[in-house]
Amino acid sequence: MTDMTTEPGLLPDPPLLEVDNLFVEFRTGDGVARVLNGVSYSVDAGETLAVLGESGSGKSVTALAIMGILDVPPAVVTGGEIRFRGENLLAVSEQRRTEVRAQGVAMIFQDALSALNPVFTVGFQIEEQLRVRLGMTRREARVRAVELLDVVRIPHASRRVRQYPHEFSGGMRQRAMIAMSLALDPEVLIADEPTTALDVTVQAQIMDLLAEIQTERRMGLVLITHDLGVVAEVADRIAVMYAGRIVEHADAVSLYRMPGHPYTAALMDSLPRLDRKGGELNTIKGLPPSLLNIPPGCPFHPRCLMAQDLCRTDVPTGHRLGLGRTSACHFAEELVRSV
Amino acid sequence: MSEPLSSSRAEPILEVRDLVKHFPVRVGVLFKHTIGQVRAVDGVSFDLHRGETLGVVGESGCGKSTLAQVLMRLEPPTAGTVRFAGRDIFALRGGELRRLRRSVQIVLQDPYTSLNPRMTVGDIVGEPFEIHPEVAPKGSRRTKVRELLDVVGLNPEHINRYPHQFSGGQRQRIGIARALALRPDVIVCDEPVSALDVSIQAQVMNLLGELQSEFGLSYVFIAHDLSVVRHLSDRVAVMYLGKIVEVGTEEQIYSNPMHPYTQALLSAVPVADPTVRGQRQVIRLEGDVPSPVDPPSGCRFRTRCWKAQEICAESEPELVTRGAGHPSACHFAEERSVVP
Repeated sequence: MTDMTTEPGLLPDPPLLEVDNLFVEFRTGDGVARVLNGVSYSVDAGETLAVLGESGSGKSVTALAIMGILDVPPAVVTGGEIRFRGENLLAVSEQRRTEVRAQGVAMIFQDALSALNPVFTVGFQIEEQLRVRLGMTRREARVRAVELLDVVRIPHASRRVRQYPHEFSGGMRQRAMIAMSLALDPEVLIADEPTTALDVTVQAQIMDLLAEIQTERRMGLVLITHDLGVVAEVADRIAVMYAGRIVEHADAVSLYRMPGHPYTAALMDSLPRLDRKGGELNTIKGLPPSLLNIPPGCPFHPRCLMAQDLCRTDVPTGHRLGLGRTSACHFAEELVRSV
Repeated sequence: MSEPLSSSRAEPILEVRDLVKHFPVRVGVLFKHTIGQVRAVDGVSFDLHRGETLGVVGESGCGKSTLAQVLMRLEPPTAGTVRFAGRDIFALRGGELRRLRRSVQIVLQDPYTSLNPRMTVGDIVGEPFEIHPEVAPKGSRRTKVRELLDVVGLNPEHINRYPHQFSGGQRQRIGIARALALRPDVIVCDEPVSALDVSIQAQVMNLLGELQSEFGLSYVFIAHDLSVVRHLSDRVAVMYLGKIVEVGTEEQIYSNPMHPYTQALLSAVPVADPTVRGQRQVIRLEGDVPSPVDPPSGCRFRTRCWKAQEICAESEPELVTRGAGHPSACHFAEERSVVP
């Protein structure tokens, strides 16, 4: 699969961050788990790409591969490229990689409590990178850290900067993590389930904050989530993942209006609604496949209501549906037409 | 305390009145002394009718899981009563208490930690029969367990497997089978689907619905996901800092919420429709939930409420019906539609 967003014949600037046909395996005692099977996506400055998928679909592993923090072994990158401003990060030195990790692409994690170090103050953890990367003195770094906590709207920042993570509430910790990720002014921010552990009112605050910071700094944002509601609120484009593949790639409005892959459609149908009490929910029968043993053909075919013989043998690749949309379904055109 | 909203059906199976559960905050190593109380549940009253589902929603720390623990009689209450079929559950002893344990069961949130990894599915689901042998005589237990596995949609052939051989959704089915084993009247579901993926969550929610109509179960359904609660509940109670702030039918709570907290909660739920982006009115609450050790005076929500006046700090609003509508604990309760 090639990059879907570039029109042929045109050679514009490369996207800010680009994952191109990435393959990752986990070599475990039980066998080889094919965790990523040709994942491609890209994000540009000021743009929000949502990566949507259920547990085990490979959305977080892709992010860890971009950051270069996969556990190797068991993880092995077996193919593909990750390009930042056109430079393949899988081919550069560890030193260059660290530079990109610091100033190019930053990441925030779902569980802020375990991502922060409990024995250092929040301030120290923000200042550390400022001192190491930018050569600031302790005093300069402290001033900057307080500013950053102000940016993420932590009240009493000059007092809070001296506190430890356990003294912060869940929402405050996530704010502190965002402050930390912004310290070196990254061009792309990867947010891996940033609000999943938070209550809905706090989630709204954090999503607002992320959107605001992104617009202000024209950052690229890769939002990894399983929440179809959060995606609908912020995403420009959406990549839906299943069994280590991107099964659908579309802009937010058309994806919700007419899903181009049976998996996306089924996922939307299985959501309970807030605006009315429904009857029985539609479900997706069965379970996602084991990555040790992905079924031949389309990985979704054992659970798909539209599956035909073709689906059991041939792996579907990107069917173009217009408007920059693609779907990895043999019957994508029929599906979209039927809506 | 006023009478909570009751539906017109026969007498309730569970009557909860002014239930209070405080946990002492102790300091010191050798000479421990109490410096305060965590007011986890602080005066909760409701009725649960036969065959009904009462949803309990609220954010973390609002006391909904402590409420479940007290309803199960796993924790003694600080004050208040819970009556099951007319009898005070905290006064029961011996054989009567055992019968209560049969009648009220719980399904827990995390299917990964709530099943003993060293027991087979057959042992897990059959264990209640060891404690209550009158329900199933020894010879018939395996058959009973197989039936239960079949009822919750698991393969009865898998009776000898261990929990780690099942996925999250299947494990939650095992937990449900265990809860069903003694033919209970009431099941307390404490966040039963929040650890599951969307596609699996729908399967388990459908199962809970089917079991309810098949066995005439009553559910106390505790969850933080407002859409999930609406889907399964007949009536809904909204909790904030240990108190019910609003209670009503599912339609009343979601279409005409009266309490500012309910309105804020509902408006903050992201809607899975990008075309309404930026057009919805979202009520943004400032700050975090105050500590339950030292809740605000008067109305507990006043520190985050945009309607707060002096009276809110001085007098605590009761959970009563003001004018039309349904009970809500706000001096300035007013209907407002926030769900698009």
